[in-house]
Amino acid sequence: MKFRGKVWKFGDNIDTDAIIPARYLTTTDPAELARHCMEDLDAEFAAKVGADDIIVAGENFGCGSSREHAPIAIKAAGIACVVARSFARIFYRNAFNMGLPIFESAELWDRVAGGQHIEVDGDAGKIIIVGSEAQPLSIEPIPPFMQELIRDGGLMRHIALKKQHAQGRK
Amino acid sequence: MGMTITEKILRDHTDLKELHAGMLINARVDIALGNDITAPFAIEEFQKAGGTDVFDRDRVILVPDHFTPNKDIQSAAQCKVLREFVRRQNLSHTFDGGTVGIEHALLPEQGLVLPGDLVIGADSHTCTYGALGAFATGVGSTDLAAVMLTGEAWFKVPESMKIVLHGNLRRWVSGKDLILNIIGRIGVDGARYRAMEFTGDTVARLGMADRFTMANMVIEAGAKNGIFIPDDVTEAYVRERAKRKWKFYDSDPDAVYASTLDVDVSKIEPQVAFPHLPSNTRGISEVGEIRIDQVVIGSCTNGRIEDLRVAAGILKGREAAPSVRLIVIPATPAIYRAALQEGLIEIFLNANAVISPPTCGPCLGGYMGILADGERAVATTNRNFVGRMGHTGSEVYLASPAVAAASAVLGRIAGPDSL
Repeated sequence: MKFRGKVWKFGDNIDTDAIIPARYLTTTDPAELARHCMEDLDAEFAAKVGADDIIVAGENFGCGSSREHAPIAIKAAGIACVVARSFARIFYRNAFNMGLPIFESAELWDRVAGGQHIEVDGDAGKIIIVGSEAQPLSIEPIPPFMQELIRDGGLMRHIALKKQHAQGRK
Repeated sequence: MGMTITEKILRDHTDLKELHAGMLINARVDIALGNDITAPFAIEEFQKAGGTDVFDRDRVILVPDHFTPNKDIQSAAQCKVLREFVRRQNLSHTFDGGTVGIEHALLPEQGLVLPGDLVIGADSHTCTYGALGAFATGVGSTDLAAVMLTGEAWFKVPESMKIVLHGNLRRWVSGKDLILNIIGRIGVDGARYRAMEFTGDTVARLGMADRFTMANMVIEAGAKNGIFIPDDVTEAYVRERAKRKWKFYDSDPDAVYASTLDVDVSKIEPQVAFPHLPSNTRGISEVGEIRIDQVVIGSCTNGRIEDLRVAAGILKGREAAPSVRLIVIPATPAIYRAALQEGLIEIFLNANAVISPPTCGPCLGGYMGILADGERAVATTNRNFVGRMGHTGSEVYLASPAVAAASAVLGRIAGPDSL
């Protein structure tokens, strides 16, 4: 799991109403949700963001509602992965369940500016700031079960594979 | 090693003998819940995975409460997805039209969630049911889909945080003020991933409504679940409602806690959470002069009959200030009916309030009271994020029903003692 892209930087406690305001929860269409991603923080975010870009945020990213529309909007906007100091628990769970890669790094937020490019190597547990001479930054290891979820392509696929496996053994 | 109530409930929903914080488990779910915003995604995922029948039609409950009565064409389409699925699956507990209530007030009231249960809901305020001594937590739509399919969900067993409440409550101080004060102390991620267990001598004097309000808002501190040890108050509430067996759990004296917070409730005055975080709390005496345009009394946090009684007690013989739009939302049809029979609706109408049907409506900026740029509201709801109740330039101040009612009369944020 490697990602390379431009950084969009956000602060602490970015809530799900900021990621996708509730007024747009009348649809489940990812493309429509993506058009309004982060709209109340940066009205042009959806227009400016490019494929493979990366969100870097502070503490407690995704706090608030359980709406899966939030990770879906981020993913559909083209964001490859999110690196935060920490994540709110339902957002964390949702991201793995629906296949949005997320990483925790205590160090990155202070070291990187919006617009810079970074390389996130999920397998090696390292982040490199492109063009910087500094040592690679470490990221928190992803628990094995979560790695399994990502490898299988999300929770529903994971369940389907487990079921297939169990039937194969019978 | 002793176990917490949270650990014991989780253990009894697995085949494990021992279970402690940090373990990753698969657990059987007693009740799985969704609403008109989260269920359509879950239904789509359920069907994509080849799901035909839900694991148990008694245990899946889908409540169209957020944007009903249908607020627009798009939300009508989403509600239709939910309604058709409920019919096709022949779910046992169905709510629509005049039987819809706000899910977290409705399910306990109807005796559908009981002490000792393991409940997941595709709604972050599912943690409300911890008031009954159940393990209840919010998840996303994919998790709901997985549970509808298998009857199980994965959990990391949370560490627990002990909140010890002692002392007597001051006049006008309620469960809402306690939880706002606690969130103000620990911050919006102060209990991240943890269980918040409420104990101490004050708890015995808190009614179920206060406990529901407190458990409801633990998510605003980032907690996985909030939980009260069930007692006589719980027993009295459950006995007249339950249609199946329940089980009381308690924490062991030597259970392990990640931290303990001691709260002397006698020092707490009515609280107000300023924009734009629920942790941005101040005592009512420190609020200053803040003019308001709207007051909302309702929601899964404070739309119960006890809340309406407090508000009506203050509004009786008074009117909302001419500059204030007062909106009262009974959380369920049964609460609405009780308010009518007790004469509360009459008091609200005389106070020039708008009475809304049970809905989440304005709490999440859906409809039924959206704020324009620059407008301010006092709300008994649970979140005051930027744009939560409307325009990004609007502001929401969170408070108890008592403060909300007094503020409506005065046209500024104030407690009942200012009347």
